[in-house]
Amino acid sequence: MRITVNGTDYPVPDDVRVSLLDMLRERSGLTGSKLGCNQGACGACTVLLDGERVLSCLTLAVQAAGREVRTIEGVAAAEGELHPLQQAFIDHDGFQCGYCTPGQICSALGMLEEFRRGDPSHVTADLAGGQARFSHEEIRERMSGNLCRCGAHNGIVAAILQFADAGAGE
Amino acid sequence: MSKLQNAIVGGVRRVLGQVPAGWLPGGTPDPLIQRRVSLGTQQPRIDGPDKVRGGARFAAEVPMDGLLYTALVHATIARGRIAELDTGAAEAAPGVALVMTHRNAPKLAVPPPIGMTSMKAAGNNILPIMQDPEIRWNGQTVALILAESQEEADHAATLVQVRYETERARTRFEEAKADARTPDSILIEKNRLLKGNAEAALTAAAHRTDAVYRTPWYNHNPIEPHAATVLWKDGRLIVHDATQMLNGTAGSLAKVFGLKDDQVHVSSPFVGGGFGGKALWDHQILAAAAAKLAKRPVRIVLRRSSMYRLIGGRAETEQRVALAADARGKLTALLHHGYSVKPLHSVCDEQYGLTGRSLYACESFDIVQHHLDLDVVANTFMRGPGEAVGTFAIESAIDELAHDIGMDPVALRLRNLPDRDPVSGAPHSQSDPAKAWQMGADQFGWNRWERRSTRREGEWRLGLGCATGTFPYARMPGMSVRITVDDEGRATVASAAHEMGMGTATVQRQHAADRLGLPLERVDVRIGDTSLPFATMAGGSSQTASLGAAITAASSKLAGELVRLAGNDTPLAGLRANDLEFAEGGLRCVGDPSRQESFASILRRAGRRQISVEGESSAPLEMLKFAMHSTSAIFCELRVSEATGEVRVTRLVGAFDCGRILNPKTAASQFRGGMIMGLGMALTEETLLDPRNGRIMSASLTDYHVPVHLDLPEIDVLWTDIPDPRAPMGARGIGEIGITGVAAAVANAVFNATGKRVRDLPITLDKLL
Repeated sequence: MRITVNGTDYPVPDDVRVSLLDMLRERSGLTGSKLGCNQGACGACTVLLDGERVLSCLTLAVQAAGREVRTIEGVAAAEGELHPLQQAFIDHDGFQCGYCTPGQICSALGMLEEFRRGDPSHVTADLAGGQARFSHEEIRERMSGNLCRCGAHNGIVAAILQFADAGAGE
Repeated sequence: MSKLQNAIVGGVRRVLGQVPAGWLPGGTPDPLIQRRVSLGTQQPRIDGPDKVRGGARFAAEVPMDGLLYTALVHATIARGRIAELDTGAAEAAPGVALVMTHRNAPKLAVPPPIGMTSMKAAGNNILPIMQDPEIRWNGQTVALILAESQEEADHAATLVQVRYETERARTRFEEAKADARTPDSILIEKNRLLKGNAEAALTAAAHRTDAVYRTPWYNHNPIEPHAATVLWKDGRLIVHDATQMLNGTAGSLAKVFGLKDDQVHVSSPFVGGGFGGKALWDHQILAAAAAKLAKRPVRIVLRRSSMYRLIGGRAETEQRVALAADARGKLTALLHHGYSVKPLHSVCDEQYGLTGRSLYACESFDIVQHHLDLDVVANTFMRGPGEAVGTFAIESAIDELAHDIGMDPVALRLRNLPDRDPVSGAPHSQSDPAKAWQMGADQFGWNRWERRSTRREGEWRLGLGCATGTFPYARMPGMSVRITVDDEGRATVASAAHEMGMGTATVQRQHAADRLGLPLERVDVRIGDTSLPFATMAGGSSQTASLGAAITAASSKLAGELVRLAGNDTPLAGLRANDLEFAEGGLRCVGDPSRQESFASILRRAGRRQISVEGESSAPLEMLKFAMHSTSAIFCELRVSEATGEVRVTRLVGAFDCGRILNPKTAASQFRGGMIMGLGMALTEETLLDPRNGRIMSASLTDYHVPVHLDLPEIDVLWTDIPDPRAPMGARGIGEIGITGVAAAVANAVFNATGKRVRDLPITLDKLL
């Protein structure tokens, strides 16, 4: 069994204790995914597993065997051009130190997919009514698992809103 | 700090009071204040693309062959000694390369303390590290494991058996007051300030308030954990660190390991948040010691819980503030007495006693602070040290006084604005808090609301509050840069300066471009490595002004060197450095633009590929002659649930008087970032100590609550943008003022909403039910 990360296959670690995050960072040279708390509280390690956002520090690497992982390194186009959401983060200064940023971006991509398929959130007024209205409040609620200590929250929300409003699909 | 220091600083101040301002740094306002091209414009971060791609490399991400991973075992008692230590099982565990304890650790000198005396010193927790069986705080490292993988190291750490002999420890704030120390000075100021007769004024006053305010232990909690990748190579120590004091760390490690300064190399191009906490602590020293024993490179990444145990936070404080005013609201007395935790092994004062010395004109002052010694990890500076908690106490008290008088709290503040330093009488370099109040009030709509009537929406009570923030200007001497100009007409500015998110390279590139008369794209900035010219720490909101002064000094030298190199066969012949200015990619004569020559032309004719000069920030004498403080006006709107006591902040506005703003994009982020940390301080953050055993109970991000997206409204930030003629580029630092004043604005709004005056941070739900 292999783990596919951004289209490239990697071996499943022999040691079953290895988290997906440590496999990426320490064994695959993919240090874009960040370690913040190692207990699922900060969101810095967020990656997309078969398109769903997961906390890679709480996911064992073996759980990703045979599945597709997309990390921040796989978000920009192969030829290097920034993804429009990455560009929006720069435009709105949606970061300072940049350490939570890969997790914020991966989380936002997963979150927008959840939104598109009609998943409600805690602040969605009409749980039965299908598509929720996209708003600052919805973004804030759905992104609250991604901590930022520099305080770039306003810029992050503005960047996500700009990207979503532009209708830029994946 | 000592009586001697008080005498020296006092003496220098007295002398400088007589010296004409023109002789001092900033005596002639920086010409760039008037002549800005790139400075003042919105510029995106030059490291932005790297950061959004996940390509910016942090300390724990440097690849290295043969790397060993680290796990730590922490003491579980606050005071005593190790009686029995069994490391056998850990040593025998798979993958383990080393178990280091006090029995086999190499001899390590105590790190030299951060201070005024040496800029190569960065020690915070001034205690022996793994040199004896003594336990001095709960969380001290008693064993370090090195293993081939993190998983193996983590497992082996669970196998170390320790039995302790426990001694009675000091862990209680209240009990420690009996042995409180009263230092002679706080930072470079005399601790005790007595001016006029505050006690008498309080007794005689028409209006007075007198209350005690408490702030808890806070932790910085950068999202990047403290981490280092360490290698010994040919007798040299190479440390890839996460630090906001590169040269301080290098110099301290040299002392600890008995090396020469040039035998230690520290690199830290990106730091994942610092806020005062990314300094030299035990973990870098332990990792280097272990790497030395194992003769292998080592990576150490502190677990979030280990960050609380090994990295100090903002000290707990208890502050009594008493204010007196006459019938018209004119302040007649300001009394500020307090206690804060500062163990004997700690270096950092929590200087809240300085806050009240600059904010308001007042007839009498009575200020003193006392230190409490506890058996805990050393406290340290955290964003806005002193002022963050000092403004909570004083600005809550001002609100209480306004309520007592029946005055608008903004009007009360405006009535008491000082026209010079209220204590020393020194003139302000620049100060216009009234303008900040006006701008903030207009933006917030302060005067549109009738604040005394209770406003409700269902279960929610609505409240408005405001407060002043403040932070002093600082410029460090000894900050140095090298400017290199090449024959293609490009300039490179290099310094071992720091980037923790402030936009250091982005802003100094703008500065250097304007200083050297170059377009932005012809300037590169290199920072973050001790192979570059010596840099002072990124602390005290000083880095921008210090680098500004260093670049200015280097550019003057560059002009002199270039005109010398140009010789006689140039339109510049006969001119001296003072007659020259940088423009259009070269030098030209002031007042005669026809006499000019480009860098490329000068260098090529001289047969040179490039020229390099170094410049250094001079002694910051302007700080001693002038009162140099930034101020802000913070406005907050919030609602409080009558059912649960929950507080939700709905609007937050900050208007800042900080000198010139150099890059509105990055500056706005600095202000907002500080204000958001202020909201955490006000409402949710608190490091909880179990007094029975000195153990931190909230050592995780699930138990220590930093603000999250849903907690935060859109935050409006504004600035007066009035240049400070005494500061390089007209700019005072902005990294810390954002946090100040916010907690008081929140507490004052909570009072406005509920009638409850909470004087004990954080304002958690239980305090409102």
